Amino acid sequence: MSAPPTGPTGQPEPPPVGDDGLLRGRLTRRRVLAGAGVVAGAGILGATLDQRGWLSSTANGTRGHSSSGGIAVLVTLYGGNDGLNTVVPASDPAYRAARPDLGYQPGEVLPLADGLGLNPKMPLMKKRWDDRQLAVIRGVGYPSPSLSHFQSMDIWQTAQPDGTGSGWLGRWLDATGSDPMRAISLGASLPPAMRGERQAATAITSGTITLPGRSPLVAGFAACAQPGSDRSALEASVAGSAAELLQVRSSLASLTGQAAPASTSGRLAAAGTATFGDQLAVVADLINAGAPTQVYQVSLSSFDTHANEKSAHEGLLANLDGALDSFLTAVARGPRAAEVVVFTVSEFGRRVAQNASGGTDHGTASSLLVAGHGVRGGRLYGDQPSLTSLDANGNLRWTVDFRSVYATILASTLGVEPASVLGASFPVLGFL
Amino acid sequence: MDPVRSDVALLYRRAGFGATPAQLDAAASAGYEATVETLIAGLQGPDPGGDSVHVPAFSHATKPAGPPGSVARKAQQKSLAGQYRELQSWWAQRMVATSTPLREKLTLFWHGHFATGFSKVRDVAAMYDQNQLLRSAGGGSFEALVQAVAKGEAMMRWLDTATDKKNHPNENFARELMELFTLGLGNYAQADVVSAARGFTGWVTDPRDGSWHIQPAQHDDGYKTYLGHTGNYGGEDIIHLAVNDPASARFVLSKLWSHFAYPVAPSDQVVSDLLAAYGPGSDVTAALKALFLHPAFRSTTARQGLVKQPIAYLVGAARSLGLSATLERTQAAPATSHPLAQGLPAMSTRLAQTLFDPPNVGGWGQNAYWIDTATSLARLDIAAQMGAAADLSALHASAASARSEAVAIMLGLDGWGPTTTAALNHAAGDPISLVATALTAPEYVLE
Repeated sequence: MSAPPTGPTGQPEPPPVGDDGLLRGRLTRRRVLAGAGVVAGAGILGATLDQRGWLSSTANGTRGHSSSGGIAVLVTLYGGNDGLNTVVPASDPAYRAARPDLGYQPGEVLPLADGLGLNPKMPLMKKRWDDRQLAVIRGVGYPSPSLSHFQSMDIWQTAQPDGTGSGWLGRWLDATGSDPMRAISLGASLPPAMRGERQAATAITSGTITLPGRSPLVAGFAACAQPGSDRSALEASVAGSAAELLQVRSSLASLTGQAAPASTSGRLAAAGTATFGDQLAVVADLINAGAPTQVYQVSLSSFDTHANEKSAHEGLLANLDGALDSFLTAVARGPRAAEVVVFTVSEFGRRVAQNASGGTDHGTASSLLVAGHGVRGGRLYGDQPSLTSLDANGNLRWTVDFRSVYATILASTLGVEPASVLGASFPVLGFL
Repeated sequence: MDPVRSDVALLYRRAGFGATPAQLDAAASAGYEATVETLIAGLQGPDPGGDSVHVPAFSHATKPAGPPGSVARKAQQKSLAGQYRELQSWWAQRMVATSTPLREKLTLFWHGHFATGFSKVRDVAAMYDQNQLLRSAGGGSFEALVQAVAKGEAMMRWLDTATDKKNHPNENFARELMELFTLGLGNYAQADVVSAARGFTGWVTDPRDGSWHIQPAQHDDGYKTYLGHTGNYGGEDIIHLAVNDPASARFVLSKLWSHFAYPVAPSDQVVSDLLAAYGPGSDVTAALKALFLHPAFRSTTARQGLVKQPIAYLVGAARSLGLSATLERTQAAPATSHPLAQGLPAMSTRLAQTLFDPPNVGGWGQNAYWIDTATSLARLDIAAQMGAAADLSALHASAASARSEAVAIMLGLDGWGPTTTAALNHAAGDPISLVATALTAPEYVLE
């Protein structure tokens, strides 16, 4: 495989990208086959790719991305992030009364607007707010909120009131072709949001995919990845994921070539143990390398802070703060910074009142963070829920349906009619 | 393929980690029902293979040895991390070595059901104690199991039970007891969660040995209305009423069926068919026996109905290939010519299943949960390592044309479909590649 072209500085040039966001010119059949490291099994792999329509559709540009070729980075905060201690109503006496130990004083938080302040462990996001690159959406929830992690996660991931059916991004995948590069999740298991009826996103644990060196094994694996009418449904999905792996492997190899981001792929060698910052670093590398990917997903866990919340939650937010800031800095070095929007989601916020364990139980509405160089930042969106007019369980009443956040991303970043994915219309917010 | 042999091979995959050709020969000649009896009998009594695995010394959590960043604190954290790896390795070795595979498989099922994670518990001895409890009591009464798990140090730390105090209860354990352990969503209300949390107030464990007791001053002794009953219930009453609620048996039995046969809802007819065996005593052993003897357990739906969870995939492959959990050959002389750093626990983590650390209290998902591009790559890498570590001299000795069939027999499968057979023939010239390809084949990835 030849070295990629280099620019005047000796740095590899990003591959040419068409108006529709697709790579041009370099993904020849020969390059794909060479990139897969397949020698004996070349014919087999080629047939697989052709049958799945990937090469032909790329060449014809029939499965183009929309004119809004933006990039959405979904940050999943598992466990239910405490929105009230993230975007803190520190000047509200009701807040301090409900959280005598767990709450922050007005002088401790990093002031935003309307008496709200960012958690003291998020100074870098405060700077991004001041630079108008961070927006906050308040009171995000949904009707008849569930206090179950799992049902609430299902509702957020499917964007359906009963939490059943395919993932919301999975439905976008179902409607937009078959290239597995369209949506990438960092980590070994794919979130349900990214599984559709027919299509699923790609899961990777590093920015490069290296196959074992034994060529008969790779040939056998590629042949096993072929569709076969003798396969049961689960067998076919096992084979399908192997076929997609080989496609993605080729795409990544062609994309980055010798410019493979060694800094991150090295850190991620022990796959499955990537830190949150590592995940975002890989995403930034892929964006800067010109990947045709429009949706990325990264995740951070342990937000289920029932006990001893303060130090644990602060540690999580400090991690989030540093990783998001590094990510925004990294994409600013590339050509697509203005198209990138990062947004957080979590299955719920937490109870307004602290419990006796120095923590909070499951709640409802929460604040979401949206960051990016093209975001209308430095502004609050949605109304702040009342801290005194609570629901029967002592939880916040939502003011913004989370599907409005999705609708905004779908319309502005992914360039599709939101109702086609969400099944109903929701007001689009002004943060993009 | 002899249909009885095919049936007992399925049974050994689901009620264990697969079987060797010799075991399948013996089981096929004994018959299906007799093989069910043998596996069920293994839920009690000694486990010569598993008991021979050395148990490292595990300690309970101790107070921080010094301020964050201090030498003493770092040494303490290193020791904790080392013990955690030893714990994972111990269980993986036990699964590879066990003579009573159903007991280990059921322990794994309960680990996913009462999904407790070291990342929060941070107490290796507590995790070990819970694991031994799941192993010793997992085949008994479900109610007795829930009562014991609830009082264990691991669960008390995992779901904050010990911080559930009279003046402001913590709902964490109370909610998951109903939602995930005994009843399922829709069979209780938020008011029941609040009442249950009051019932568990005052529950604590002794940090020295993990033993459970009640602090009367922290217990809310007042009347509680809960699941349609009213009384001054304590935690044990709360568990008793949940397990004996009409919704509980269907919930528990549907989980057993879903993990040993194929995914079903609690309303499914096959679940009804197990109710009598489970009975008022919540008898897990009787329910499992009825499950394995149910005609639907051997149906096409069942045969095509499950993907192996990663640790079962790895343990099964190690057993079939004669490898230990650290991928050393168990039979041959010191054939450690493949000293692989990665043992089974690390491999399992790459496949998205970290032993003793499920992703959350809901445990791991099933089927599609295990299938994506990242796990496909991990499986390929792992298969290559396992193929390289195994003694494949028998395959070398056989003709290339006979090898794909020989690998199916080695792995305890009925055979391969035409697509996989064609693929295996590409790799047949190189036995390591052949075995590794077979380990990634859909037929083998399914259970």
